[in-house]
Amino acid sequence: MEIPWAKNSDEAVKRRIMEEVGIASIEELFQDVPAEIRLKRTLRVGLSEDGEGVSEYELLRLAKRVRESISNPRIPPFAGIEHCYHVVPSVIKELIYRGELYTAYTPYAFEINQGLLQALFEYQSLIAELYGVEVVNASMYDGSTALAEAVRMAIRVTKRSKVLVSEGLSPLKLRVLETWLYGLGIKIERVGLDERGATSVEEAVKLVDRDTAALVVETPNVYGVIEHGVKALADACHEKGALLVVFANPLLLGIVKPPGELGADIVVGEGQPLGLGLFYGGATLGILGTRRDLKLVRQLPGRLVGMTLTEDGVDVSYALVLQTREQHIRRERATSNITTNSALMAIAAAMYLSLIGGEGLKRLALSIASRTLYLKTRLSDLDGVEVLYRNSPSFLKVATRVKGMSVENVIRRARERGILCGSNLSRYGYGDNVMVMCVTEAHSRSDIDELVKVLGEVLSHVEAS
Amino acid sequence: MWRQAKWVEKPIIAYPSASRSGFRVPFENDFTEYERQVVEMLKELGMEREELGIPNISELEVVRHYVRLSHMSYGIDVGPTPLGSCTMKYNPKVCNEFLKEAGVEDVHPEELEEYIQPLLEMLYRLERWLAEITGMDRCCLQVPAGAAGELAGALMIRKYFDDLGEARDEMLVPDSAHGTNPASAAMAGFKVVNIPTNDRGTVDLDALKAVLSNRVAGMMLTNPNTLGLFEDEILDIAKELHSVGALLYYDGANLNGIMGIARPGDMGFDIVHLNLHKTFAAPHGGGGPGGAAICAKGKLVEYLPRPLLDFDGRRYFWNYSGSRSIGMMRVYYGNVPALLRTFAYIAMLGGKGLRKVAEIAVLNTNYLVKKLEKVGLADYLELTHSKTKPRKHEVVLSAKKLKKAFGVTADDVAKCLEDQGLHPPITYFPLIVEEALMIELTETEPIEYIDRYVEALRRCIDLAKRDPTAMRKMPRNTSVGRVDVVRANHPKHLVLSHKFEGFAELLNKFRD
Ligand SMILES: Cc1ncc(COP(=O)(O)O)c(C=O)c1O
Repeated sequence: MEIPWAKNSDEAVKRRIMEEVGIASIEELFQDVPAEIRLKRTLRVGLSEDGEGVSEYELLRLAKRVRESISNPRIPPFAGIEHCYHVVPSVIKELIYRGELYTAYTPYAFEINQGLLQALFEYQSLIAELYGVEVVNASMYDGSTALAEAVRMAIRVTKRSKVLVSEGLSPLKLRVLETWLYGLGIKIERVGLDERGATSVEEAVKLVDRDTAALVVETPNVYGVIEHGVKALADACHEKGALLVVFANPLLLGIVKPPGELGADIVVGEGQPLGLGLFYGGATLGILGTRRDLKLVRQLPGRLVGMTLTEDGVDVSYALVLQTREQHIRRERATSNITTNSALMAIAAAMYLSLIGGEGLKRLALSIASRTLYLKTRLSDLDGVEVLYRNSPSFLKVATRVKGMSVENVIRRARERGILCGSNLSRYGYGDNVMVMCVTEAHSRSDIDELVKVLGEVLSHVEAS
Repeated sequence: MWRQAKWVEKPIIAYPSASRSGFRVPFENDFTEYERQVVEMLKELGMEREELGIPNISELEVVRHYVRLSHMSYGIDVGPTPLGSCTMKYNPKVCNEFLKEAGVEDVHPEELEEYIQPLLEMLYRLERWLAEITGMDRCCLQVPAGAAGELAGALMIRKYFDDLGEARDEMLVPDSAHGTNPASAAMAGFKVVNIPTNDRGTVDLDALKAVLSNRVAGMMLTNPNTLGLFEDEILDIAKELHSVGALLYYDGANLNGIMGIARPGDMGFDIVHLNLHKTFAAPHGGGGPGGAAICAKGKLVEYLPRPLLDFDGRRYFWNYSGSRSIGMMRVYYGNVPALLRTFAYIAMLGGKGLRKVAEIAVLNTNYLVKKLEKVGLADYLELTHSKTKPRKHEVVLSAKKLKKAFGVTADDVAKCLEDQGLHPPITYFPLIVEEALMIELTETEPIEYIDRYVEALRRCIDLAKRDPTAMRKMPRNTSVGRVDVVRANHPKHLVLSHKFEGFAELLNKFRD
């Protein structure tokens, strides 16, 4: 067999099939490919010059070499404009490799894929519960694209062309949003932050007008501040017929009132904290949900699983529903072009939430918030950094202004000491020499102490040993 | 006889809850002294959460629940899943192991480049390979799936003409195209113009010529197309489009039928997306995540999303420069696990192996066609358009006559296959074929499985002739019988989460 996992690549089997088909050479199947575009050589790909492949073992040797020469920080990273380092429970690592699940396609054939459909319905329910909405779709690619789609949805619902974006939204998501809105004639305006680092309600009230499709806020925002005026922002939007889009970290919602309850029309999130690992940035999970309002639900992109009965009325069953919103039916009038999504990650997130439970999530969130406070407290004693929004409620992230050294240098020097200490926010034009640090459940008190110690050394120009 | 497992599993959100979760927060006790302060602050601001209705259940219950749900699911590891257009091939297990062994799970996307050079080197080599496979100059690995690649491509075309100061607002799409093509074009603000398919099953060149003008920005095309036929006039199509200054976009979803035999770049395409989860070795994950790349030639490279991965002879680095770039399609660099699986797959096959993949995939399709003919099914499951041209990666059959003669639809045939433990083909796509059944076996389906699939189809047709009513009651051997989709979609009965009234009513069913 030339391809170990494809029996019909075996010379004898292949001959037998060719005989049945009635051809003497495979070339006959490609007669209709014009001669001038037929490739007359072997593709120059793979690890060896001669066009041959390598064995499984050789491949794994290469992977091992890669792992051994990647140099990981000695304690879990503190970087994270978008993704932070979180713990992945063993249950998820094992169960997402169930062959029936991860090698399946989208469950278009309902009866033979009830398990997959049920798992996705459970994801929708768990996330709906967490975000305080009734409807959540069966996943988007990642948080950033979910946000872009949420804004596009708001534009369709309101038929308006102005989008307000809080200055607390991360620069990377803003860049993605701008890309996805290119060419539509949409105007993006920023809403500033108040002295506590939350989106200024006063400014929002001034800027939201009858042309505004949506206001976008992120919580905790890129400075780690928990948006505490969501209700007021929702009121400001609704007064003018605009929609409020809230991008919320799912773990935060263990302790903070959910955006749906506070009046958000569309909720969005990045599912990566829910046990999905880092994997150098992806694949992750885009969370997207909305209120139970048909005007909104009809414009919701992505798949939806509905719970129902079998035709004979006997069994509870599940199916993909409201498919007329989707590209395979509605084509150019579809709510989105999305088809492949992040189903397996959604199932992993459902496993994660089931595993830690409501009470566990509360404790986890509280503990992360406490660590954030601890880091803030420790950094306040450090010369050379100014903690931004020192007295605001914050979660997961701490923003600091660094003095006397560029953030880039701080990061590089701390890394030389084995610590990936933070992210350079000013690189994206946010603030002046601002560094953001991320603390999660993976960081112990001594990890955080070590971070502060190393930052102290770096900032006082102590040589690395 | 095959029977699928049928477990009675309540939705997990309705599981009975313990008072506390068994989850142990790491280092929880290190920080308890700060908890009070946090709670007070939240209370003061009126932000503290009161209700959170997620049950606390044990690890064992969670494991059993999802293992049982997996028993009621069906993927390529279980049996053939010949969904046309989706390219459901078996992905060698070593790709999973490769991912674990390379240790990328813990690598942070903001890690400094000098600490992860070997990882970047792999991604860089992969980018070069994909450029070679497509005949393009550069690829961007950022796009998370094919459709996102299409949107990126459509935006690139849009920006390209904006920069030239040309007002082109039309995107041509064949009427056989996948729904994502028109949807992507529309998202980028284009007006979609459908181009009809001719009797031979390919783009109607005259119709194409008739709509060409300086309003046309481009055309989105897949080759082989969704009928499984090679667009043999592709060079003329490219010439015509280019002659009015328009661009040609390649939807790579069907590359499996031509990989290593002909390259989109040599066919005249300017921009190409690849679906790594179709053509290479990224699993479909029950719908995703997949992986993709968006590639371009010549002057269009500038328009690709950023960053691109570069090598300066000494080190690998992400290059953000490119003032004409459309921007960023998602945060960070791409679906890295899918990218690394693709690297592993190409490394294991080499250039010769990739060509073999296409050859066997196409051979399998034509074997299926021949078998159907031999067992006398070709009358009821007939080829449309050209009946003699060899198919490539897939074949589309029409059950039109079956419907006419016995009232049995393509959907009924699908359910009948489900009943025999087989995943049905894609149905009702492409839209230009009535009662369409679209079958793609890929190179990995063994001959015996193809034979069995044909045999199963024969049984379905026999039953349709004998007892069409029985057929419409299928399936019976799957975990549940035919799902009531009318009820599922009915506004009064719609249940999209536990927060819909209908949920409680359905839960009562678990009491019996
Ligand atoms: C022909 C065709 N084009 C585009 C797509 C979209 O690709 P993806 O699912 O990766 O977004 C698909 C598959 O769904 C397809 O079959």
